[in-house]
Amino acid sequence: MLYRIAGQFKTNYRADQALFPVSQDAWLLGLILICAWVAFPLTASEFTFQTLLIPILIYSLAALGLNILTGYAGQLSLGTGAFMGVGAYACYKLLTIFPWMNPVVAILLSGLFSAGIGVVFGIPSLRIKGFYLAIATLAAQFFLIWLFEKWAWLYNYNTSGAIQVPNVDMWGITIAGPLASSTTQYYVVLAIVTLITLLCINLTRGNLGRMWKATRDMDIAAELIGINLMKSKLMAFAVSSYIVGVAGALFVFLWRGAAEPNLFDITLSFQILFIAIIGGLGSILGNYLGAILIVGLPVVLNSLPELLGVEIKSATLEHLNIMIIGSLIVFFLIVEPHGLARLWGLIREKLIKWPFPH
Amino acid sequence: MELLRNIFVTPFVDMVAAPDFLMQVVWEGLVSGVLYALIALGFVLIFRSSRIFNFAQGIMVVFAALTLVGLHEMGIPAWIAVAGTLGVMFALAWTVERVVLRPLVGQPDIILFMATIGITLFLIGFGETIFGGENKQMITAELGIPTGDFVLEPFGGLLILQHIDVTAVVVAGLLVVGLVAFLNYTRMGRAVRALGDDHQAALSVGISLQTIWVLVWFIAGVIALVTGIAWGSRAGVSFALEIIAYKALPVLMLGGLESITGAIVGGLLIGVLEKLFEIYWGAPLLGGNTESWFAFVLALTVLLFRPQGLFGEKIIERV
Repeated sequence: MLYRIAGQFKTNYRADQALFPVSQDAWLLGLILICAWVAFPLTASEFTFQTLLIPILIYSLAALGLNILTGYAGQLSLGTGAFMGVGAYACYKLLTIFPWMNPVVAILLSGLFSAGIGVVFGIPSLRIKGFYLAIATLAAQFFLIWLFEKWAWLYNYNTSGAIQVPNVDMWGITIAGPLASSTTQYYVVLAIVTLITLLCINLTRGNLGRMWKATRDMDIAAELIGINLMKSKLMAFAVSSYIVGVAGALFVFLWRGAAEPNLFDITLSFQILFIAIIGGLGSILGNYLGAILIVGLPVVLNSLPELLGVEIKSATLEHLNIMIIGSLIVFFLIVEPHGLARLWGLIREKLIKWPFPH
Repeated sequence: MELLRNIFVTPFVDMVAAPDFLMQVVWEGLVSGVLYALIALGFVLIFRSSRIFNFAQGIMVVFAALTLVGLHEMGIPAWIAVAGTLGVMFALAWTVERVVLRPLVGQPDIILFMATIGITLFLIGFGETIFGGENKQMITAELGIPTGDFVLEPFGGLLILQHIDVTAVVVAGLLVVGLVAFLNYTRMGRAVRALGDDHQAALSVGISLQTIWVLVWFIAGVIALVTGIAWGSRAGVSFALEIIAYKALPVLMLGGLESITGAIVGGLLIGVLEKLFEIYWGAPLLGGNTESWFAFVLALTVLLFRPQGLFGEKIIERV
């Protein structure tokens, strides 16, 4: 009933291909955006900002980057964590070499470094396919982490070997570092995430997006109909690594506040991959749903025993958490292998047709 | 000039100057290579019979070893604990087939891959909840594995071969021979290979997919137990061992995903080369710890020239 599309007539192709062919979608998105921009910041506590809102946004941005590569262009990547690291270290170096630089500009620039390295490790994808390609990104993963440890220039020869985020001001407001308030950080992250999401939606609907989808579905066939595979695959690696790099810079500068190399290890890569797959490969919405699940779940599980009044040792709780997350991943894959976004798609379909079954 | 000399001359001079040390390094590399090869073997078996890229193989190694030690700690004699662990591995194989694989038959490869990562996380959590997360001692002596060492003196130098390592190599060799014999000369083994060649054809001549999958996962579990005992007696048993699970991936890619020979050759090659590189190039020139990435870069380089790995089936693509 809420989703009735009767009466929404399209009189030209332009209207039919618009971003929201069904006006309820636009209303729903508007509602979510109002929540994100107004309602959450007014009501959220410090704890909610730090454990839920900010990480969910950052993780979904990283998953969005991965989804461009794996979901849209069909190239499996297991090195997301390391590319996030490249973004973070690049941003750190930029802000320490040019302290006057606008931090948001630095964050957006640092994605370029990660894009460059992404393209280098993407070159093998022209020859190696499928699971064999995973080795290229795994090589990136392990090699880059090693480099973050050994190349002292990257962390300014700190004795600790970790990078520490300094206080960074923009237009007189501290947005990163120990003095920054959570609300400011949330707004900066939200602005960047909203912007990049909007760009991605349009990118995947356009020429490049169609090239990627053709490459994903069958790259030889795509080549035969005249798609330049090199351009398509390398662009996918570049765009994906750019977004992942920006997510990495946000991850350290606007959330963690400090980072050491093993923060970016393969566990992080897998976490992002989970988000992309559970959310749904080849969808934008899925990344947000997946991130809410994967980031939110441990928080809920951790507070559950307290609510129920059961006492569990924290180590045991952590082990139980891993176990439950593992089984939930399997559960979600069995229930809907195409992810949460597809689940929402099905529900929406039903709502549109309601009360008729077909 | 100095750099070129350090790269191309000095390491080889060092090798010739101390041949006994070189042999020791190669031996160490061979031993870890055998263990990599064993893990890769488990992968290959499952991949061949079901096209599932089983990421959980490395964790099954740790899980098997942990179960063995855990059962022994509960006061069960060593050999009965081994039997008990085999029982647990069988239960695991059956559960995985029943709960995870059967509902996911026919899904895209990446979904099945993710499912095995889900299994990995579950096993980590499950193992740690039951047996605790701390590092444990492998029950080497109780299993009757000799713990001394052979001391050889080639070229007037010194070469130490630990009995544990020798045993591991011998047992691994026997395991591989047994496996090849099983696959080639038994009814069940032929069924496994038939399933690998063509699922539908195999089903239509009456081979049971479910039985074979349980069987294959169980064999992978047995291999995991052997690997776990061997690796555990060198380094102790804990989930920190999972790093070797990642090492098996380049081994697998280097050898080719379908090939048993590939897994063995790939394992030995990577084991030896990464040790040599670390000792003669990595530590003096790059600040050490190059073992974390060398295998991956090596596999990547080989794949650039042979995209299907050294022994993999040639990939033929049709539109």
